[in-house]
Amino acid sequence: MSQSLKIENLHATVDGTEILKGLTLEVPKGEVHAIMGPNGSGKSTLSKVMAGHEAYTVTEGTVMLDDINLLELAIDERSRAGFFLAFQYPHEIPGVSNANFLRAARQARLPKGEEVDAVAFYKEMYLKMDELGMDRKFTGRSVNEGFSGGEKKRNEILQMMMLEPKYAVLDETDSGLDIDALKIVAQGVNSMRSPERGFLIITHYQRLLDYIVPDVVHVMFDGRIIKTGGKDLALELEEKGYDWVTKELVPA
Amino acid sequence: MPDSATLEAVNIDQDEGNFSYPEDYAHDAGYGLNEGTVDYISNIKGEAEWIREFRHKALKVFFAKPMPTHWASKDLENIIFNDIRYYLSKGQTPTRNWDEVPDDVKKTFERLGIPEKERKFLAGVEAQFDSEAAYSNVKEELTKEGVIFVNSTEGLREHPEIFRKWFGKVIPTGDNKFSALNSAVFSGGSFIYVPPGVKVKHPLQAYFRINAENFGQFERTLIIVDEGAEVTYMEGCTAPKFETATLHSAVVELVAMKDAKIQYITVQNWSNNVFNLVTKRGIAHENAEIRWIDCNIGSRLTMKYPGVIMKGRKARGEVISIALSNNGQHQDTGAKMIHAADETTSNIVAKSISVGTGQSTYRGQVHIPRHLKGCKNNTECDALLINSSSRTDTYPAITVRGNQHATQHEASVSQVSEDQIFYMKQRGLSEGEAMSLSVNGFVNDLVREFPMEYSVELKRLIDMEMEGSVG
Repeated sequence: MSQSLKIENLHATVDGTEILKGLTLEVPKGEVHAIMGPNGSGKSTLSKVMAGHEAYTVTEGTVMLDDINLLELAIDERSRAGFFLAFQYPHEIPGVSNANFLRAARQARLPKGEEVDAVAFYKEMYLKMDELGMDRKFTGRSVNEGFSGGEKKRNEILQMMMLEPKYAVLDETDSGLDIDALKIVAQGVNSMRSPERGFLIITHYQRLLDYIVPDVVHVMFDGRIIKTGGKDLALELEEKGYDWVTKELVPA
Repeated sequence: MPDSATLEAVNIDQDEGNFSYPEDYAHDAGYGLNEGTVDYISNIKGEAEWIREFRHKALKVFFAKPMPTHWASKDLENIIFNDIRYYLSKGQTPTRNWDEVPDDVKKTFERLGIPEKERKFLAGVEAQFDSEAAYSNVKEELTKEGVIFVNSTEGLREHPEIFRKWFGKVIPTGDNKFSALNSAVFSGGSFIYVPPGVKVKHPLQAYFRINAENFGQFERTLIIVDEGAEVTYMEGCTAPKFETATLHSAVVELVAMKDAKIQYITVQNWSNNVFNLVTKRGIAHENAEIRWIDCNIGSRLTMKYPGVIMKGRKARGEVISIALSNNGQHQDTGAKMIHAADETTSNIVAKSISVGTGQSTYRGQVHIPRHLKGCKNNTECDALLINSSSRTDTYPAITVRGNQHATQHEASVSQVSEDQIFYMKQRGLSEGEAMSLSVNGFVNDLVREFPMEYSVELKRLIDMEMEGSVG
């Protein structure tokens, strides 16, 4: 049985324009990989294609979650199979409290006839909220409604902690975070690092990787991975800028 | 009509919430409507002469009045009054003890999914099985406090000195064609009187159910709350599914005397062949308060505009309404607020959800005349459209004369965004679950106004309605 999130030769289009052009990478369980790349390289598209957003059409390639062909599953089935996406722009759900939303998501993972144990659920949720420095009042507030940017991102991490995915993709989780929030979010992610779990962290800046130290760094440009290296690659990229990528790494 | 074995066979394994049991009616007025029908009902009930006359007069008004199709739905023309039975009864007198309730009626409650906890509530319940009360038990303490809680027949027979004064006064027979129809053939419903100063702690409840093909249900409710007294009344309906149309046309009159408070809560889930044409209105005297909290789900066509006439200074009226219309359904609902004294305040919050080819209409009337001062109205109506084939219309008529009043009106139409659904699905919810949660979120602030056990039921009803809306 494979133990990785494996993307092979992935091609995807939106409105007829090809955005992913044969992307290949593999995140083995227990590892944290980062994808860096300039704006417009297709980083966010990759996360949405993996999650199954209907605006994108996969024209070629596979995404395997362990032995499961992710692309054959519906959006919610992918989630329940263990795939989690922390959104760059988390959506608001007016009138639905955070606690109810999380509970519904947990409930969706139980066999028919089984109910979430409410007492244990709240206990666990409070514990994890404490870890993320989230006030208890967030349980009763509508999902992401009126949340600041930092609160939204923390909420994404809380959801991830509660749903315990096998593989998590974090899409620009650092954008809009001040340094304190960034540290807390990173701490949350780090606490979830485990031999049983893989992470793919999409980021424009090296900053987040000071706190979540990756095992592998991929550089993405024009819908493909053009370079893969260790954590030092992120520093090199930061130092030399994305011009270096476009000028030196892309074959003319 | 099919025999009971056929009915049973037809109704087995239908969708959740749609069910019925073989009927066994001791009294049946037959099909169609004429003076004989009215006499039949009056005879069965052993009514006083003035009630019989009231019915006959109403029947004439009903025949004389045209259908309100010039402003309402043409669908009303599809009601065939001669194909309807106007009176059915188990031939029972209301029972006061749960043990005396027939087993098949208990079974119905069980199928309705009323939780054990809630069945205890039935201790203070008036439960209408078809057109007569099958179960009626006023708590002992209520009796001690002088609260009267009976059905319409008993109310008019045993307590005419209390009920006759207001019967047909809040909603005159000729108010509209269907109030006239109800006045001619009414049976069942609740008559309640709360004496001065008595604050009824537990909500009084009624469960209604239509159980015979082509059977129209015409309950009549009159609630009088005397000075400084308070009561909450709750009604909920679940109807079994039948192949031909069914007519439900109730009249509900509320009277809140000085400083009194009435809260009237309705959760209705009619099957989608029912015409639900209901007239509900209350009179609020000085400093009194009437709140209609209303949730309409299902039915082929619902027309219902609960109203409050604020007759005394500082009286308050409120309508909180949720409507959900699914495929082939039309919810034409709203509110009427008639300000008839100084410093009166009204509030309308209406939310509608249209699913599939469902159609929701908000019709509001707010009337503040020139000679009054210090009146306030707030109207909010929000519509949520689920599918591209869903429809919503808003007709707010706010007439404010004079310049010493404050009114405020807000309306919105929105759709559940695809991105919101995508987000929820990414967390593992199916499309149906995501839709349900979004819709429940949309009405959440209003659902909170319902008592706990109703809000749970409501959520379940919304979930059931949303199940078929996607895919």
